[in-house]
Order: sequence, then structure tokens, then C-alpha cells
Amino acid sequence: MQDLKTQLVEEFGKDKVVEAFGELTLTVDAADIIKSCLKLRDVFFFDTLIDLCGVDYLTYGQSDWDANASSSGFGRAREAQIDEDRHDKRFATVYHLLSVRKNHRLRVKAFVDEAQPMIKTVTGVWAVADWYEREAFDLMGILFENHTDLRRILTDYGFVGHPLRKDFPMIGEVEMRYDEKLGRVVYEPVSIEPNINVPRVIRK
Amino acid sequence: MAEIRNYTLNFGPQHPAAHGVLRLILEIDGEVIERADPHIGLLHRGTEKLAESKPYNQSIGYMDRLDYVSMMCNEHAYVRAIETMLELEVPQRAQYIRVMFDEITRILNHLMWLGTHGLDVGAMSIFLYAFREREKLIDCYEAVSGSRMHATYYRPGGVYRDLPEKMPQYLKNDFRKPKELEVMNKNRQGSLLDFIDDFVKEFPKSIKQYDDLLTDNRIWKQRLVNIGIVSANRAKQLGFTGPMLRGSGVAWDLRKNQPYAVYDKLEFDIPVGVTGDSYDRYLVRMEEMRQSNHIIKQCIDWLRLNPGSVMSNDHKVAPPNREAMKDDMESLIHHFKLFTEGYCLPEGEVYSAIEHPKGEFGIYLISDGANKPYRVKIRAPGFAHLAAMDEMAKGHMLSDVVTIIGTQDIVFGEIDR
Repeated sequence: MQDLKTQLVEEFGKDKVVEAFGELTLTVDAADIIKSCLKLRDVFFFDTLIDLCGVDYLTYGQSDWDANASSSGFGRAREAQIDEDRHDKRFATVYHLLSVRKNHRLRVKAFVDEAQPMIKTVTGVWAVADWYEREAFDLMGILFENHTDLRRILTDYGFVGHPLRKDFPMIGEVEMRYDEKLGRVVYEPVSIEPNINVPRVIRK
Repeated sequence: MAEIRNYTLNFGPQHPAAHGVLRLILEIDGEVIERADPHIGLLHRGTEKLAESKPYNQSIGYMDRLDYVSMMCNEHAYVRAIETMLELEVPQRAQYIRVMFDEITRILNHLMWLGTHGLDVGAMSIFLYAFREREKLIDCYEAVSGSRMHATYYRPGGVYRDLPEKMPQYLKNDFRKPKELEVMNKNRQGSLLDFIDDFVKEFPKSIKQYDDLLTDNRIWKQRLVNIGIVSANRAKQLGFTGPMLRGSGVAWDLRKNQPYAVYDKLEFDIPVGVTGDSYDRYLVRMEEMRQSNHIIKQCIDWLRLNPGSVMSNDHKVAPPNREAMKDDMESLIHHFKLFTEGYCLPEGEVYSAIEHPKGEFGIYLISDGANKPYRVKIRAPGFAHLAAMDEMAKGHMLSDVVTIIGTQDIVFGEIDR
């Protein structure tokens, strides 16, 4: 792994490569994602994309005791505190690469802008990215430029919102029931209240 | 002349061969598949979102419910992610127990796959035979955790408790004759290890039976050979792992290539296919069952000789024992803290992957230093496999779609999460 690290540092720069818990993380610019991925595939032999996911860093490092208590009292449910500094670093797409040939793993991270969370698709580099990108779009709302089939994948047909974003409530926005009079399923705003059983604490 | 056009066919989600809730939109030209568009998410429960709102230990149970035919393997990936971040030492005995149950789980999974795959393709009887053995292994789950499926047996720091000294027996009731009862309890006289040992001895005979039923069966071969061929390079492009990748001839197995737990101390082989068709994948999985059997045997032998602790002594993560709690203040505090607040992980991120029966199952965990994960991403092997459905089914007949679903070993709990 140290060899790989040295090579990556040579290629991408010292501050881009981080080693932690025995794993390597490479941070790349969202604009260069295709170029970097092609290089990783062809020069570093990362022949498989194991995983691709989106991460929302909106409430990173916040514990429940610091946050605003919600208006509904002390169910300990809270409203997410918006971190003003985080706008350009709110979303990240994370790629987990595996080299079957060299027996290496690498994590690649690219931050995308909150105002326009868009990054180029890597389906051309690894075919498997297709569904993973659809998933990241569905759950996190990250758009993948030039993706040919960017439909929702895991949520319901006609779903609104991106559930894994930190400002999407745990209990959801709508609930569904069968209306006997109308003879069909209807959607209504949720009737349950948010509740947190164990508060989130950060201890150093 | 009448105009000939393709038509679309809706397959599932309520179809017995759809393995749960797969909905396929098939574009068909006559009986030949032009395009297959799987619609998934009908079993989406938001596991990742739920895990974000719970202390680490409370999500172990969710892991069982991901791939609900290989429960303990899912747990293994999750607890390993936590252990890596905490840099926690896991006792050797716990590691061996985990490996033994991972392999039991692999057999469980492959038996389920074999039964349903046979059922899909039209071989009814194999299902009954597979479930006969599966029942015994599920009893092992029950003996060790109290639950037949959703065990929640692995915990960060080890396993919940040691293997029971006594295998539970069938009880007398009005419907069982004493003679019958004696036969049923014959292999349950000793400890759990004795019971598994007995299973390990008998299992090769059962595999032989499956072999006799299917391997040279003309109909079985007609339905499987040359169906859904994937080349080695293409398999890597499509993110295949596990038997799907090995079926295409790539000798890649995390247990060998990136060993975790105690796999580096055990002896076993990695079967690989040649052509990468459904029949090769069938053979690979059959051989994997034999290898798993071999690994279980080695674990039993080790476990018999090496008693000891099965849980870490770090009471920040693992609960202290009941007795200590009664008269030791510190243990009481630890217990209280652990079950009300949980424990905090250091800030950082980790990806832990294991060789799950279906392929590479990974947990990507981001922690911001809190007692709950900041983000959990579950890398389910089936997700990548099902994504290749379109490519694998193109040009095949409608009935082959069912074979391909079977050979991919689809379980919706993990795909939809």
C-alpha cells in the first residue's frame, strides 16, 4: 500500500492523499473527475468500481445538545443547524475503487457545490456506476452530467425530495393511506411527530 | 401485412420467480428479450437513514434484515467497521466463532439459492432437500442466539455469548412417539459443537444428493449452460464480486486476497468457472459449500481445544457481565452508559468489506466523533449484479430471464436496503 501511496502522491500531490485506518483517500476536484478516474483505471489498474455514494456534510460535527430545540418541545427532536461555511463543501461523491489485478483499494472523494450539485458521470469509465449514480441522485440529489438514464431508483414513483439529505426529516414528509371514499391511495402530510430516543453526543 | 412490433411485458413484483419484489419491464420481440429494465426499491426501508439516528449497537439488528438469508455475514461487516475505527482487539475465540458462523451462513445462503434456483427452473424436489439441511443450520442459529433468522449475535468486540454446552432438544408431545423423538434427538445429545460436527460429517452426502439430482441432469443443463455469459473483463467492469466474478474465471476472494478475521489460518480452496455462464456459477457455488464445510470442520477442532473469552474486556464497548454489575460500581456505570448513550467512535471514515455469500458486502462508515454514525453506506453485492440484468438477459428467451434472476442470487433485502 505504501507504494501505491507514493505513486498517488507523485501523481496527484501530497495534500490530496490521506491515509487513515489503513485506508487511502484521494480527494480530487469535481471538474477533473473523469480525467482522474481514467488515470486511476488505466495507470493504477483500478479495474472495478466497488461502490459510489453521496455524502451530505450539512450537520457534520454537531451534537443534539448544541442544536436548536424544535418548536414541539423536548422530544429532543431538533432542527438541523445550517452551517454557513459548508455550502461549497456540503455534498461529496465518494468512489470506492478496487484493483483486482493489484489487490489495492482506494477511496476517491470529490466535493460538489451545494447550489448546483453536479458532477460528470463515470459510467464511461466503469459501467457499474450507472445504478450507483441513480441511487446517489435519488437519495442525495446529486446530479450526474451526461448520465443517460438518471431516474429515481429506490424511492417510490413520483417521490419528492432526497431522503438521505440531512435536512430531510427522519419521519418523511408524507404518509400514504387507502381512501375508501375515493377508492384509491392518497398522500397526506405526516401525522406523527419526530422523536429522538437517544440524543447524539460527541465526546472527545 | 400486419405490422410487427415489440411489446412490453410487466414481470412481477408479485411473481413467484421474482425472488421477492422485483419488477421487471421487459421489452420483447416475440419471445426474445430486447431490453430488461428492473424496477427496484419496493422493499426500501431506509436502513441507512435509520442507522444515522441510532447508537451504533442498535443498528446491528438492521444488518440481519438486509440480506435476510445470510444474516450473520452482514453483521460481520458492520461490527468489523466499528472495530477498525475503535482499533479494538477481538478475542481469537470470538474470531473463530465468527468464521464458523460465516461459513454456516454461506451454506445457508447457498442452500436457499440452490432450492429457489431449482424451483425457478422447474426442479421441484431440490427445494425440499435443500431445506432439510437448512433447518439444521437454522437450529444452530437458534441455539446460539435464540433467534432462527435475525440473530444479532456479532457485537463490536466479539460475539454476544459463548457457544452453548448443550444443544436444545425436541420435547415430548402428543404427536410424537417416543421412538420418533429418540431419532430426532439423536444428534442433539451433546453440545452445539457436537451437533455441528455431526452436520459436517453428514453434509457431503447431502451435497452428493444435490449433485445426483442436478449436475448431470439433462433438463438442468439445457436451462443453464450458455445462459447469461459474462466475460472476466466485463464482470469486473460491471462490479461483479463473489461467485458471479469467480464464475467468470477470476480467482478473487476476499477471504484469500484480503484476509480478515482468522481466514489466513484456515485451509480452503477457491473454485473458479471457465465460461462464465449460469452453469459455471452453479458449479462454483456447489464447490463453495464443500469448502465451507471444510472450514467449519477446522473451526470446530480449534474451538474444542481453545476455550476462553468471546468478548472484548473494553467495557466502553462491551457490556460487563451481570455478576460484576451487582457489586462493582464501575461496572454498573459502564453498563448504564453503554445502554443509554452507547459509545463514541473517533472521527474518520472506514470501509470494511467481507466475502459475503453473494459477493463483496461492504459498510462505509463515516463518523464525526458522535455516538451515532454520521453516514452509513451499505455496499450490497446484489445491487451491482441486478444492474447487469439488462446486459445478461439481452438476446435470451423470456424463460431464461428466470434462470438469470436465479443465478444472480437476488435477495431484495440487501438490494433495496
